[in-house]
Parts: sequence; structure tokens; C-alpha cells
Amino acid sequence: MSTVLSPEERTGTPPSAVREARPRRAGRRGQLVACATLLAPFTALLVAVFLVPVGYAVYLSLFSEDHTGLGFGGGTTVFTGLRSYLAVLGDPSFRSGFGVIALYCLIFVPAVVVGALALALLLDSGLVRLRRTAQMMLYLPHAVPGIIAAVIWLYLYTPGLSPVIRLFAAADVHIDFLGLHTVLPAIVNIALWSGLGYNMVIFYAALQALPREVIEAARIDGAGGLRTALLVKVPIIRGTVVMVCVFALIGALQLFTEPTLMNQATPMVNSRYAPNMYIYDAAFRRNNYGLASAASVILLIVTCALSYAVTRWTGRKERSPR
Amino acid sequence: MTTSRLTSRTAVNTVVLIAALYTLLPGLWLLLASTKNSDALFGSDILSFGDFSLGQNLRDLFSMEDGVYGRWYLNSLLYAVVGALVGSLISVAAGYAFDKYAFPHKEKLFGLVLAGVMVPPTVLALPLYLVASGIGLVNTFWAVFIPVLFNPFGVYLARLLSNGYVPNEVLEASRVDGAGELQTYFRVSLRMLGPGFVTVFLFQLTAIWNNFFLPMVMLSDEHLYPLSLGLYTWNSSATVSPEYYPLVVIGSLLAVVPLIVAFVTLQRYWKSGLTAGSVK
Repeated sequence: MSTVLSPEERTGTPPSAVREARPRRAGRRGQLVACATLLAPFTALLVAVFLVPVGYAVYLSLFSEDHTGLGFGGGTTVFTGLRSYLAVLGDPSFRSGFGVIALYCLIFVPAVVVGALALALLLDSGLVRLRRTAQMMLYLPHAVPGIIAAVIWLYLYTPGLSPVIRLFAAADVHIDFLGLHTVLPAIVNIALWSGLGYNMVIFYAALQALPREVIEAARIDGAGGLRTALLVKVPIIRGTVVMVCVFALIGALQLFTEPTLMNQATPMVNSRYAPNMYIYDAAFRRNNYGLASAASVILLIVTCALSYAVTRWTGRKERSPR
Repeated sequence: MTTSRLTSRTAVNTVVLIAALYTLLPGLWLLLASTKNSDALFGSDILSFGDFSLGQNLRDLFSMEDGVYGRWYLNSLLYAVVGALVGSLISVAAGYAFDKYAFPHKEKLFGLVLAGVMVPPTVLALPLYLVASGIGLVNTFWAVFIPVLFNPFGVYLARLLSNGYVPNEVLEASRVDGAGELQTYFRVSLRMLGPGFVTVFLFQLTAIWNNFFLPMVMLSDEHLYPLSLGLYTWNSSATVSPEYYPLVVIGSLLAVVPLIVAFVTLQRYWKSGLTAGSVK
């Protein structure tokens, strides 16, 4: 069933002529119709909300409305080539957004991977009591919508509202969670809170799928729990570790909700803090769709390039030892 | 030997306990804070129940700005429940078709699905806005509802699940019985895909309930807002008029409830989705 259209059908012989001789032909046609019916709604969505918007954004980033003569009358659309891209890339506030993301990744990715992996290994060690309850409690923040997680933590960071700050103040320690150097770790913390349990469940599932003989063999060889965890279990599930890293990186590029909320609370987060905020600002505060489109396309390319590069690289690494 | 095992057992449990406190305490704070009025929220100790004003907060929540919060809640339910239902029907049908049928350019099309998985929704929000404004759909219900139906991860998951849950022999048997292909899908295969359908539905429900960037870009009419965007605007108001703080707190608490309930009651479906999508 690799090719669906038979030569007769391609050359246009009426199906009724061959139906007598080959009764299965009608069935195959029926399958094709059914397949098309089942795929049609999704394909329509794929075109309407994925391919067309991306294509339109690319188009808008290459053309711009040119208002001749003081902006009166209908403007003409002019091909401006890469002008918008150069403008975006030349804009320090856009580049600083990527700087923020890089720094954010530098803190967030190791924290979430090490934290979630450590918790998964502890749960897998068999030493934890109430394992199911613990797992559920750790996973629960993932069910809290991002904006609400951000609201909760923002209030816990806000002097006057926060019991945490009050508690520290009672011990004569004064912390400002929304200061110049603390605001980025404060944002990372929100993402960590949301993602820790989620990623732990992924790691835990991978660990549970490990062949028990391997662990048993390590134990017989005299390896302790910690050695088994770090030298036997982690290397085997490295594929999962890499996948979690990739999704953490892609997620980091999408940073928007938390800093947008922080923007209302502290001057340390400006309105172009992250690339997505830059896009929003360009489109809706500066009404420059060309600029916003170009920035969107750049973000799209960076995201795709990143995930492609990492999956290719790990794919090669996975294959070579075998 | 036994003492060292006891120490490591204690150490391990302590670490897990600390992690659990880290994840639970912010939620507990939200619960306690929802019983405080504006003054108590800023003034007193979080654990004191001097003036318990949960009822008053609830009344204020649903009466503020002509009860717009209730409207947001209904909108969220509509976007998320109906959207996830329709969306997962579409995704599961497509995933099943990818698994069970051969057609020209199948793997190329599936490559596009995988590209869709890799491209996060926020990157598409502005392009979608530009298209929607071109065809006059901006600031309508459909501007948010249609894009959230697109769930390439659901298609990917459904293809895996269809491969696992629906044996090809069943299809053959149904064909021999003379049932039509679509009839087979709706009567036999979809039923066998039931658990997988719930998994796809739950993932999409969460994603839509959490959606923030797309509604923010698309909507300007407050009456079309989902909860996420509504609470965001109230939080902006709170920076100027603090009487909004208790409303944001209790509004956030109520907004979390449906997903917590869905998660706790349908726990095994979440897990099967996470493992199917990740381990391999």
C-alpha cells in the first residue's frame, strides 16, 4: 500500500469499467476518501493558522506601506527588502532582549534540569515515603496557568503584601526581589516553580522504563545508590535529558507572560525586555507592522534553528556509539 | 550499615519534603490571602483570621464592573472546553489517518506537523493577528477560538496512540464485514482510542486555559476576554487602586480550580500522555 493511485486511475480509466474485474479497487478508493475526510479539518487549520500567517509575516517584513506626499491618499506598497530586518537587528533593545533570554537560560535550564532530575532520582531510589502523593504535590503547579503563577509570585515579591519579605524583615534582612540584579532570578523562579514537577514526571517515567537487570547488576557490582543513580541511570536516560533541555530552551525564547506582568510592577523590566515583548511593543505601541513582522520571523528562525540543531546533534551522538 | 541507610532515608525524604513545600506554599498563601480584605492583605499576619472576609470578597468579585468576572469565566470555559473538544476531535482524526492510511506525500505532511510542534504558539500570535486584521476577524470570538484548535502535538500523540491502541486486524475485520471506512472510524476505532482522546483533550484544555499572548494580541473588547487576560487587566488596575488586589487574589484562586480538579481526577491520562510523548 505504498502508492495509492494505480496506473489505471492515473490515466483516467473510469473506475466502473474495472470494478467487476477488481472488486478491491472500490475499497481502496473508499479508503482514500475516508483518509482525506479525516485529514481535511486538520490540514485546513495547518494552512489557515500556521502556513498562511507565517507566509504573510514574511511578506510584510519584506514590504512596507510607503506614504508619499505627507501621508495623504492611499499609500503604495513598496518592496523594502531586508530593511526591516536590518532595523530590528540594529536595534539595541531587540538585541538586549536576546541577552536577557541567554542569561535566563543560563540560570533556568541547569536549575530545572538538575532539580527535576534529582527529584526523579530520589523518587526512583525507593527511599521516599508517600511516593505518589509527593509526585502529585510536585506536579500541581503545572496545573496553575502561567499568568496566575506570575500573579501569585509577584505578590510574594511585593513589599507590604508578601509574608516572605515580612518574615525576612523580622530577622532584619531586607530583600528587594524586584531590584536590578534580583528581577531576572525572580522571573526564573516563577518558571522553575511551574516546570519543576512537570519535568520531574518526564524523568521519572523514563527512569521507571529502565531495565531492572541493569540496576540490579550495578548493585551486585557494589555500586551504592548515589553511584548507581549518577553513573548508571543518568547516562541511560540522556536522550530524555536532552529533550527536556531543548524544550526548556524553546520555552525560554517565548518568555512573555511573567515579564509582562513584572513590567507593571517594577521599572527594572521595561516594555521591550524580552523578544516577544519587543514584538508586542513594535506592533501595538509603535504600530510598525513591518518591524514587528521582521522580529517575529527572526524569532521563528532562531527557534527552528535551535531545535533543529540540537535534535540533529543529539541524533548523531546517539547513533555513533552503536 | 543500617544507620547509614537510615540517614540517607531521612536525607532523601527531607529534600523531597522541602521541594513539596516549595511547590505547595505559594498555593496555600493564595488560599489564605483570599480570605482577607484589602486592609488585612497589606496589614496583618497572613495566618490571623481576625476579619474573615471570604464571602465579601466573593460578592465583590462577581459584582465588580457589572459582574464581568463571571463573563470571563464563561468565556474561558467556552474557549477551553469547547475548543479542546473540537480541537482534539480534529487532531485525533488526523493522527489516526496518518497511522492507518497510506497516501502521497504522507511523511512530508507529517514533517509539517512536527514543525508545528516545534514552533511555539507565541511566535505565531503576531502573524495570526496580521491575517485576522486583514480579514476583519480581530476582536471577535473566532480570532481566539480558531487558532487554539490547531494542535500538532495532539496529532503526533494520536498517531502514536492509534498505532498502540487500534490493531490493524480490527480494521481488516470491519472491512470484511462491509462497513465503510468512516463508519469503522466512528463506531470502532474512536472508541478504542478513547483514553488517548482524553489525554489529547486534557493537554489542549490546559494549553487553552493558560493562553495569554494570543487573546492579548487579538482582543480589545473586555467582554470577550478569557480569565487570564481579565485578571491581568485587574492587576494593572490594582497598581492604582488597591481595592482590586483582593479581587485578583480570589479571582486567581477560582480560575485555578477547574484545572486542579481535572488534573486530580484524571491523573492517569496526564501521565500516559507525558510518557508517550517523551520517553521515546
